Amino acid sequence: MLEQFPNISIAYGEILLSLGALVLLMVGVFKKDSVNLVSWLSVGFMAIALCLTMATPTVQTYTFSNLFVADDFTQYMKMLVLVAAALAVIMSREFFKLEGDERFEFPVLLVLATVGMMVMVSANDLMSLYMGIELQSLSLYVLAAFKRDSERSTEAGLKYFVLGALSSGILLYGCSLIYGFIGSTNFSSIGNVISNYGDHGAPIGVIIGLVFVLAGLAFKISAVPFHMWTPDVYEGSQTPVTAFFAVAPKVAALALLARTLYVPFGDMSASWSQVIIFMSVASMILGSFAAIMQTNIKRLMAYSSIGHVGFALLGLISGTSEGLRGLIIYMTIYLVMNVGMFVCIMSMRRKEDGMVEDIKELSGLAKTDPPLAAFISIFMFSLAGVPPLAGFFAKWYVIIPIVRDGNFILATIAVLASVVGAYYYIRIVKLMYFDEPVEKFISRKSYPMKIIVTLSALLVLAFIIPQVSNPVLEGATAAAQGLVSQ
Amino acid sequence: MEHFPILSAITFLPLLGVIIILSINGEKEIVERNARNAALLTTVATFLFSLVLWFGFDKTTAEFQFEEHAAWLGGGISYHMGIDGISILFVLLTTFIMPICILCGWETIKDRVKEYLVAFLLLECFMIGVFCTLDLVLFYVFFEAGLIPMFLIIGVWGGANRVYAAYKLFLYTLLGSVLMLVAMLYMYGQAGTTDIPVLMNYDFDAGAQTWLWLAFFASFAVKMPMWPVHTWLPDAHVQAPTAGSVILAGILLKMGGYGFLRFSLPMFPIASYELSWLIYGLSCIAIIYTSLVALRQTDMKKLIAYSSVAHMGFVTLGIFAFNIQGIEGAIMVMLAHGLVASALFLCVGVVYDRLHTRDIDRYGGLVNIMPRYALVFMIFTMASVGLPGTANFIGEILVLVGIFKVSSWVAFFALFGVVLGAAYMLYLYRRVVFGELTKDDLKNMLDLDKREILIFAPLIFFTLWMGVYPSTFMDFIHVSVENLNMQHETAMSTYHALTQTVTGN
Repeated sequence: MLEQFPNISIAYGEILLSLGALVLLMVGVFKKDSVNLVSWLSVGFMAIALCLTMATPTVQTYTFSNLFVADDFTQYMKMLVLVAAALAVIMSREFFKLEGDERFEFPVLLVLATVGMMVMVSANDLMSLYMGIELQSLSLYVLAAFKRDSERSTEAGLKYFVLGALSSGILLYGCSLIYGFIGSTNFSSIGNVISNYGDHGAPIGVIIGLVFVLAGLAFKISAVPFHMWTPDVYEGSQTPVTAFFAVAPKVAALALLARTLYVPFGDMSASWSQVIIFMSVASMILGSFAAIMQTNIKRLMAYSSIGHVGFALLGLISGTSEGLRGLIIYMTIYLVMNVGMFVCIMSMRRKEDGMVEDIKELSGLAKTDPPLAAFISIFMFSLAGVPPLAGFFAKWYVIIPIVRDGNFILATIAVLASVVGAYYYIRIVKLMYFDEPVEKFISRKSYPMKIIVTLSALLVLAFIIPQVSNPVLEGATAAAQGLVSQ
Repeated sequence: MEHFPILSAITFLPLLGVIIILSINGEKEIVERNARNAALLTTVATFLFSLVLWFGFDKTTAEFQFEEHAAWLGGGISYHMGIDGISILFVLLTTFIMPICILCGWETIKDRVKEYLVAFLLLECFMIGVFCTLDLVLFYVFFEAGLIPMFLIIGVWGGANRVYAAYKLFLYTLLGSVLMLVAMLYMYGQAGTTDIPVLMNYDFDAGAQTWLWLAFFASFAVKMPMWPVHTWLPDAHVQAPTAGSVILAGILLKMGGYGFLRFSLPMFPIASYELSWLIYGLSCIAIIYTSLVALRQTDMKKLIAYSSVAHMGFVTLGIFAFNIQGIEGAIMVMLAHGLVASALFLCVGVVYDRLHTRDIDRYGGLVNIMPRYALVFMIFTMASVGLPGTANFIGEILVLVGIFKVSSWVAFFALFGVVLGAAYMLYLYRRVVFGELTKDDLKNMLDLDKREILIFAPLIFFTLWMGVYPSTFMDFIHVSVENLNMQHETAMSTYHALTQTVTGN
């Protein structure tokens, strides 16, 4: 008997992008000097995929033998991933043009990574989870080493690959343990089995399996103690690649982590919440203290992202839809701040030196390029979480559920870590405004870049206005409930 | 019909000025002139607007007035503005001081004028917001947001060691505030709302009150500043440009005292009562210790900064005396200090602009060539000492009366501060103004010009008005303070009744 044809309507976005990647590859191979075309085509594909994703019904739907799920949560997170990816492609255009190193493979790899991330977000089975992660990771490894004649870039790629492969191994081992002890890889079935354990609790094998899976995922979101690769990869990769690394993969991996913890292992929250608490606290502390000594802006952003992941993880601890909502809002605001900040970092360029990355090069920027300095300070104060900027509200919404749970110590550690973090963020402001100017940057920003940076700065500034923040808050509430209700 | 949203108008009018200034382009000199004019115009307009509050305020009720409601973040967090007798005078003080600040940097600030004015206008918006808002989250937003412009003002236009001072100000204040944030989150979790009037009537558990009180204390004590977390203030004052010092002493320090009155006292009455010994102790130490430190200063600004800490000690004593005189006195000291300390920093600014040093030893005998300046400086020195007929006297005497009712020992130590205050201020005045004019570089100093007279005249006028006929101002605060005091007494009597039954069982 023929199997019933699966309901592919909820995966149109993924299918389109997969086919689109192949088309782009063909265009790139057979048409000379087609980088520009391929890039903008890829942005177009992502835009269409975004529309398709938004158009899918938000009623929870499973397909492909329950390997794949779509609901409010996946819709929202895919939206973030697609926006981040599309912006990364747009941002890369100017950079590669100036570097004189245009290759059409960049957008193609980025599209493939995006497909992987969308599968991660929609994964409802340990198999699809692994598939998504690997598709994403393999593309990212290549992207990290994209500048192949640069020692640092290849080092970054290799390091990322070796450590990533190790983490995948750990993840797979965890998956196999869970499958061995529970007898299924499907999230819903795992959830059913676990909820029937009753008072005895889960067998030790399942717990170990869960911890291994968590370790594997922690690597992808660069939470402490699996963060070691982050600074090196961020520094070694080319800036547009770093800009991409900083946002989209983290959003996808956090979405996957949230689903894994809430759906199959929701009844074991007592076991995993300790792990998450540790990772969160350690990430916040390390992210804020280690960044103090950094002089390279990209390394600094790497530690900053570790700290921010720690904050985002706070949202998972309470296990409620309110907490998850905090995490979703956090990642939305984080996306906006990072995209804006990386546009600014890409403007750090001089005629003779090319890209410069030492934060000392920003000295006196307020005199040589006041708009850029203003933009960077807006993003820095926002990343530091100073009101009235958006970064404050991000922290507000993840800390509320923690305090509501009565977890004051955790909340206090979080806010204190943010004070330490504020130190290194305002150090950048200090360099730009208080110090004597050094040589000017070449100020050649293309229109798309200007639009991106202005828009993100405006969003950061205007998040306090209800008309701006309400769509985000409402979307996040719906998304969180979509996942928790399962 | 909804009334005109006057409080929002006053709060956000400076932002209009910011937009205007940012849109000015062209030649450097013209831009600077226009930007200055625009900033002055905006601040004066804001002040005139705020006079609507002065005339429209109903002094017979303790209710919040000019209230505005609007949806904001949802879930019990709304945009709620309103003022009562406690906050109205602070709003007016802010709008009154701001044009003076703009004027005092008129000629001395030559570097990045546009940014300087933008920072001040932003700061004005945030400061007015702090005093007008009736929502915790909104309060926190305004309270913290003020740090950004202040950080830049000190860091960009400050003295030699400005970076250190700016960092210290930023991190100290942020550290105190984030603890308050956790407490706010807890209160939001308990009460389900961040509306301040609702929270004032919400009975927090006595055990929780202590922690909440301490968290708020961490923030307000840094802002006040109280001993031993006052060390950021002398640094910030010394390094800040004159206008920055004026804002800092005139208004920013008042936020701490205002916070105690608005939050600690009405929301955590039991904890306030139980922990008042801590306040008394710290205040007495602050008054005596910082006065002694002030005696030994060689830098004029540092001396006045330490005297500010001592005056703030009176404020905290008055607030935690839990009686009408004490609280009214505390508010009066804050208002008077807002005028007098601002004026003293301006006095320092006048001679600093001419000689570019704040070292007391470099001066002496100024009365011979700057008679007008000597007169102005004397008025404010006397006011700072608390001479009857000046604003400070009213406040200090009320605080002392109030605290004497609670504990004669505390009053005794506080009185030391008055004596020491006279000592260091007169000593300063003698060294700077009196004596022979022997130093050569002083001989060409010019007396106050028209702009400076224009700056000082209103300050002198209000200092004397407050001292001679304080009722004009006390009438505003009286009903609200009475109400606050009554609420506190009710809360305390239920608490005492409760503890007695518990121990009785």
